[in-house]
Amino acid sequence: MHVPHATDSAAQSMHTEFPEFPMPRSCPMRIPEKYAQLRAEAPISKVTLQHGSTAWLLTRQEDIREFLVHPQVGTDRLLPGSPLQVRLPVGVPKERLVGMVGMDGPEHLARRRLVLPEFTVKRIRQMRPRVQEIVDACLASTLDAGRTADLIEAFAAPVPSMIACELLGVPYEDSAFFLAKTAVILSRNATRPEQENAYAALLDYLEVVVSDKEREPSDDLIGRLIGNLRASGSYDRDLVLGMARLLLVAGHEATPNMIALGTVGLLEHPDQLAELRADPGLVPQAVEELLRYFSISDQATFRVALSDIKIGDVTIREGDGVLGLNASANWDSEFYENPEVLDIHRDVGRHLAFGYGPHQCIGQNLVRMNLEVVFSTLFARVPGLRLAVPAAELPLKNDQIVYGVHELPVTW
Amino acid sequence: MRITIDREVCVGSGLCVLIEPAVFDQNDDGLVELLDEGPLTDAGGTVEDAVQRCPAAALGITPD
Repeated sequence: MHVPHATDSAAQSMHTEFPEFPMPRSCPMRIPEKYAQLRAEAPISKVTLQHGSTAWLLTRQEDIREFLVHPQVGTDRLLPGSPLQVRLPVGVPKERLVGMVGMDGPEHLARRRLVLPEFTVKRIRQMRPRVQEIVDACLASTLDAGRTADLIEAFAAPVPSMIACELLGVPYEDSAFFLAKTAVILSRNATRPEQENAYAALLDYLEVVVSDKEREPSDDLIGRLIGNLRASGSYDRDLVLGMARLLLVAGHEATPNMIALGTVGLLEHPDQLAELRADPGLVPQAVEELLRYFSISDQATFRVALSDIKIGDVTIREGDGVLGLNASANWDSEFYENPEVLDIHRDVGRHLAFGYGPHQCIGQNLVRMNLEVVFSTLFARVPGLRLAVPAAELPLKNDQIVYGVHELPVTW
Repeated sequence: MRITIDREVCVGSGLCVLIEPAVFDQNDDGLVELLDEGPLTDAGGTVEDAVQRCPAAALGITPD
């Protein structure tokens, strides 16, 4: 269980009647046990958040889908009811601070479309050979370094980081710096000043990156975004900074956790892993199942009701915060037979691991391709790969917003 | 059946392209484009699957 932050304890005590959220996971291979109980007994119910406010929890797939596409549902993190679990600094322009993920309707769509061409299925396929090179090089240096490694530090973290940096046009050499800042921003244990300072440092860093590209055009996502905005006569540095911050953080945060947990999941299911090795054609389907199974971003699908909204027989009031738990949707037994069983042959169908509605993850096809290349390469090149500690002993990321494990000791 | 698309609301997830590449594509802006306007038969249910999984409800099916 998390420890409430000392300065928030007064607010915390006001809402002790509701269960606390987030609910911890007790094993790398399981979503929080409490979700199934809520789905059965109280599928739409209230929780108390870490900093004392309350929010609704949606746990059934049908309700979550309905909610996330509802026109009166907003993502504005600056609204008081927003169940945002990161404390935003004050005094930063909204465009920089929240960018498109905190905007809705035409405003959101216009920003999303500025970068949409970078993420089409076709464009992502064109990146595949380069991703393969990065995966090959990173795996080779991992294997050269010995017979054991923390697979996250050696491989799962650097691979998506190099890809994201290259796509955006941010120097990979700076990744240790901006990852340290991001870790503070997303930590449940950091103080408000620590989080504000980290946020400011990250934005200052990106301001230097962006002003370099303003002076000297570059052929990368940030460079193209600057060029396109200038060409249309609507250049806005805050917009570019907000977009760069969002995509940089998103590109680093989730994929390493999916690589680590996916590796654990497959190593814990040797029969299915053997099938994958024998038939690489199964990999895309296996990736979808791993995305469903682990649902690491279940806390990212949070919203605010912009008017009274009826879901089922519950009326969510205007201004109320709502968390649509995609991990719960993805383990909803009305949609999946034995959802708690990892099955790479499953027809995963409409899983919500990337969210749903207009804010569904813009990088989802990059993530898919990255995971496909990683798993097919890793298990083919390292046939003897195994966990160096029992899966049950892996340190869990219950203190982070995106779920994963802190370390993944492996040997081969 | 025929497919209807609404580019005004399309958010470019590309799921339709992944699920049924013979029918759906994305244009250079990342928005949905029809490769086959039909009439279509949907023996494998893939077109209906793509329509259902569209996160922005930008796809629809109409009878012939």
